[in-house]
Amino acid sequence: MDIRKPSVPEPQDLSTYDVDLLSDIYHRMFLIRLFEQRVNELFLKGIMPGTIHLSLGQEATTVGACLALQPDDMITLTHRGHGQALAKGISAKSLMAELFGKETGCCKGKGGSLHVGDMSVGALPAISIVGASSPIATGLAFASKRRKTGQIVLNFFGEGTANKGDWHEALNLAAIWKLPVIFLCENNLYGVSTHISDVMAVEYVAQRAPAYGMPGVTIYGNDPIIVYEEVRKAAERARNGGGPMLVESLTYRRGGHKRDDPATYRPVEEVEAWFKTDPVPAFRARLLADSRFDEARVTAIEHHVVGILEEAVEFAFSSREPSVEAALEDVYA
Amino acid sequence: MLEPHMATTDTNTSRELTIVQALREAIREEMYRDENVFVIGEDIRIGGSFLFTLGLHSEFGDDRVINTPISEAGFIGLSIGAAIQGMRPVVDFQYGDFVFTACDQIVQQCAKLRYMSGGQVKIPLVLQMPTGASGRGAQHANTMEGFFFGVPGIKIVTPATPYDAKGLLKSAIRDDNLVMFCVHKHLYGSKGRKLIDSSISTGHVPEDDFLIPLGQADIKHPGEHITVVANSLMLHRTMNVAAALEKEGIRVEVIDPRTLVPFDIDAVITSVQKTGRLILVEESNERSGWGAYVAAKVADKAIGFLDAPIRRLASPDVPIPFSPVLENAVVPDETRIREAILELVEFSYAR
Repeated sequence: MDIRKPSVPEPQDLSTYDVDLLSDIYHRMFLIRLFEQRVNELFLKGIMPGTIHLSLGQEATTVGACLALQPDDMITLTHRGHGQALAKGISAKSLMAELFGKETGCCKGKGGSLHVGDMSVGALPAISIVGASSPIATGLAFASKRRKTGQIVLNFFGEGTANKGDWHEALNLAAIWKLPVIFLCENNLYGVSTHISDVMAVEYVAQRAPAYGMPGVTIYGNDPIIVYEEVRKAAERARNGGGPMLVESLTYRRGGHKRDDPATYRPVEEVEAWFKTDPVPAFRARLLADSRFDEARVTAIEHHVVGILEEAVEFAFSSREPSVEAALEDVYA
Repeated sequence: MLEPHMATTDTNTSRELTIVQALREAIREEMYRDENVFVIGEDIRIGGSFLFTLGLHSEFGDDRVINTPISEAGFIGLSIGAAIQGMRPVVDFQYGDFVFTACDQIVQQCAKLRYMSGGQVKIPLVLQMPTGASGRGAQHANTMEGFFFGVPGIKIVTPATPYDAKGLLKSAIRDDNLVMFCVHKHLYGSKGRKLIDSSISTGHVPEDDFLIPLGQADIKHPGEHITVVANSLMLHRTMNVAAALEKEGIRVEVIDPRTLVPFDIDAVITSVQKTGRLILVEESNERSGWGAYVAAKVADKAIGFLDAPIRRLASPDVPIPFSPVLENAVVPDETRIREAILELVEFSYAR
């Protein structure tokens, strides 16, 4: 396998961006960071049931992508979906309650960590089978185009998905029918333990896009502004009838594939290089360098997030378990 | 033949259709009724494999009759997404067997998304699937309804007459769930295709907008000596046998479940309470067929009414062979249905 270290572009000047947008980006990134850390802790203590796939380290990609969409645009989520969910605006309370399988969870406790979602914020409950969400996202976009709703759809997936048949079929259909869907690859270099260079003969996922007749671009994914700008352009293009686009965002997991994976298969050299690019502190430092922000302002955002998280945990703990009758409900409409 | 649901103002009572003509009429009416209904599939611009969509493209155009690449997982997944957004796709398959290439989309996604999401989404989606053995060897011969019978979240319809086909397809399209609409290849009556020789393979179909609810069995031939439950092609074979036995004084009650999920078990139990004898005939492999479920239910709810063991006729647990001689040996035929009935009506437990 190759070792792929990050190539970090010179950060853009933030002064042209609205303070509210910058605050929102940091708020969401910091919320995801704290949420995932707390989930990890609750899980390791044996308090939280199930299994978890943390998105620590990938906050800039999910937040930059979701904030570039309109509120009624839709996303599809992956098995590593907590960050995508929070980035799109699912409440931390209903998300945390879902991870505990509680009745007040966003899926009434019947989805769990692998299937979080909330249609009211445009987040289709997560499809955790790799590749399966791409045709469905394409179908959401198909309906949007046919009914002229103006909505676009963003399909989150990982680089491992790019070797699945469903994914290829989806890209082809989206391209031939010019559907308003953005294929957003969170390329964190590893499918569980397998490095991308062991399973693809091209370097980047986006190189495959032209084969379907759509543009593809590879970007540095630990800078939320870069992701935001690229997805905004793709969204505008899709909304104006330009059809689908593939955006590949290079990022890195801070942990293993899931709870019990120490990720020792990753070369130390690669891990160290990527960990230096940790998106949350990096963006914090950039905010502090902007004259409109200071330590007090950034800390206020962080305190606000801590409050939201505490409330979410309390809500999840105090919520009722689902009634056992619920096990037989919602099989059919 | 009983037609209990024939509430109609239809005056053209002589109009006889084949199943494919009835299906085409149903889809056409539904497409006019609801602009969210569309058909999607391979080669459907020229009618599709069994001519289900013949003529629809010139009438409704590219937006409503969508010709696809050979890409089943892709266009089933796409249809799921469109259905989540409120459209009502009808996916036409050249052969029902091809849904195996999209099994994840059907079993893992479509059948479960509503449940996993806590009821947040509904997926009104119909899969029009030609099924069963028809001289094409093992890979174009699966009895798909048996395979998917055990999957929660799927409804399964197996119409056997033109009248039922129209009323059931219209109900399926208006249903808010995934409905597998399985029609045996020998029942369509499409031009150039073999149609089974039976008294019910063509029949009167009203021009009205009528619905047959999913989950309601139909007594296709009343009788009191024995109950035979048979669906799809097996219903036709059973009807031929029942007509012949009638002349010999054996009155067979033939029940067509029409939909396998939900299954109208009450109709079977009511009949068994009258006849005391039960045979279940299907083309599915014996191990996975609906007959096993029905036999267990009847044994549980009505064993006191039974005067004989429950008998199942199904295909043995082998793939479907090509040789016409071998295919006939595998799929239940009229001879075996007749023998089973004769054996069971004479059965008595030794006292």
